[in-house]
Amino acid sequence: MVLIGVVIVIIGFIIRLNPLLVVTLAGLVTGLVAHQSLYSIITQFGQAFTTNRYMAVFIVTLPIIGLLERNGLREQAEHVVSKIKAATTGRILTVYFIIREVAAAVGLTSIGGHAQMVRPLVAPMAEGAAEAKYGEVPEEVRDKIRAHSAAVDNIGVFFGEDVFVAVGAILLMQGFFEQNHIHSDPLKMALWAIPTAIAALIVHAIRLYLLDRSLDRTLGNKASKNTPKKKEA
Amino acid sequence: MFISLEDVYIFLGIITIAGSIYTFLDRKNSRRITSGLFYCLYGVTLLFGKVIPPFYMGLLAIVLVLIAGFGGLKIGSYNEASVEERQNNRKRLGNKLFIPALLIPILTVAGSVGLKGVKIGGTFVLDQTSLTLVSLGAAAFIALIVGLVMTKNKPGTAIKESRRLMESIGWAAVLPQLLATLGTVFTTAGVGTVVSKLVGNVIPTHSLFWVVFAYCIGMALFTMIMGNAFAAFPVMTAGIAVPLLINQFGVNANHVAAIGMFAGYCGTLMTPMGANFNIVPAALLDLKDKYQVIKVQVPTALIILGVNTLLMYLFSL
Repeated sequence: MVLIGVVIVIIGFIIRLNPLLVVTLAGLVTGLVAHQSLYSIITQFGQAFTTNRYMAVFIVTLPIIGLLERNGLREQAEHVVSKIKAATTGRILTVYFIIREVAAAVGLTSIGGHAQMVRPLVAPMAEGAAEAKYGEVPEEVRDKIRAHSAAVDNIGVFFGEDVFVAVGAILLMQGFFEQNHIHSDPLKMALWAIPTAIAALIVHAIRLYLLDRSLDRTLGNKASKNTPKKKEA
Repeated sequence: MFISLEDVYIFLGIITIAGSIYTFLDRKNSRRITSGLFYCLYGVTLLFGKVIPPFYMGLLAIVLVLIAGFGGLKIGSYNEASVEERQNNRKRLGNKLFIPALLIPILTVAGSVGLKGVKIGGTFVLDQTSLTLVSLGAAAFIALIVGLVMTKNKPGTAIKESRRLMESIGWAAVLPQLLATLGTVFTTAGVGTVVSKLVGNVIPTHSLFWVVFAYCIGMALFTMIMGNAFAAFPVMTAGIAVPLLINQFGVNANHVAAIGMFAGYCGTLMTPMGANFNIVPAALLDLKDKYQVIKVQVPTALIILGVNTLLMYLFSL
């Protein structure tokens, strides 16, 4: 019966109701089915909402990022990239992807992030490379490039961070085994994370290479007809 | 300590509430009152989270949901800099624009590595329990000051610009916190034990391969439901990995845990429940399709999930 909340979430997301409504409804119904009082459900809501404020910390970067955008940061990022001949969308994303994963693997997970790196720098550079190569980029292609920019940030940090011994995930796993009286070793857990980390690096780098190829296919013809527009310096 | 996580929340609250004033005054927004109320109340929850009792906090969260859920949020007008203005500014400042932007990651790393355990006069400089977040807060604040000096813009401009970005994210900004509340309710209601029992009933427990398969896929699926691999790990590991893999087959706990957690991360890449990774960035990048980041991630996630299952099986032989 308690699975009804899961069902509500799945259906809600499929029929594309507003996720906030879906999630709240699922929480209320699950709590009621499990015989919790309305008061206690709302109290849990409030408690979790407060303790998880850390998820909103990205807002702290919005004033400076917005200010820099108003002063042309994104245009400058596009401009710099358009002058590098070897730069393609896939290559730029691959470079950022590798930096992100390797940095996370040595414990520097704070290099990167969607609000502070992807929106102001990585996405404009990836878009700028495409514009320099193909001229105007249609909106659906632009959105695809942006989605890929967000994805490299996630994939890089996810599969990199567990290689670092002191990361939260490793501490959580060790704590869990300790509670269950099973011997575990954080250093070995971090070592066992390396094969997957390498696999992710290879698989996603190949996908970024394929992204370049698909951009060539969809936009390449245009570029050969009219030479790419040179942007004013 | 000199700077605590609560101080960062106070700063967040102030910029969000200050931004909402512009929303209330935005005559071009047909829903300016409800939109303004949404951001103002959200700012209040950030600013006063420590003082508001949980029950009232829960009510505030529900009010936010109702405003956003029934169309109370509309994008406003922002007097944005035109392309020409931005190009002129760009030429004026050129590569200097990168300085404040890069200060954020550099100072965040410097703070979280360099100020670890550092005390002045017996007090920690930064909150040691959430060092990275506090470092990010301090870094963004310093970058803001540098940016204001460099561009010679007024602080009000930064607030207005932050409001523009905040409104483009809209309701998605609140979703991660709300999902965390759902996770809490799921846990107290016992959803996890039901799921791990279900999975446990389906698999043939005498086959090492199928147990590994069930554990990895189970981690991914349960993470997709909870939106968080950390919530899935104790449940699935206690339900499948400990009794079957570790106790029955005598497999080493270290690689089961390391690879199992990664299987969970594959799930995170494929679910709207992992909103802070998947939905917020889609909003932040103005994507038309809020699920596009997920769609781009699914192929990589599925391949790596397969790789994880194989690796765990091979290492367990």
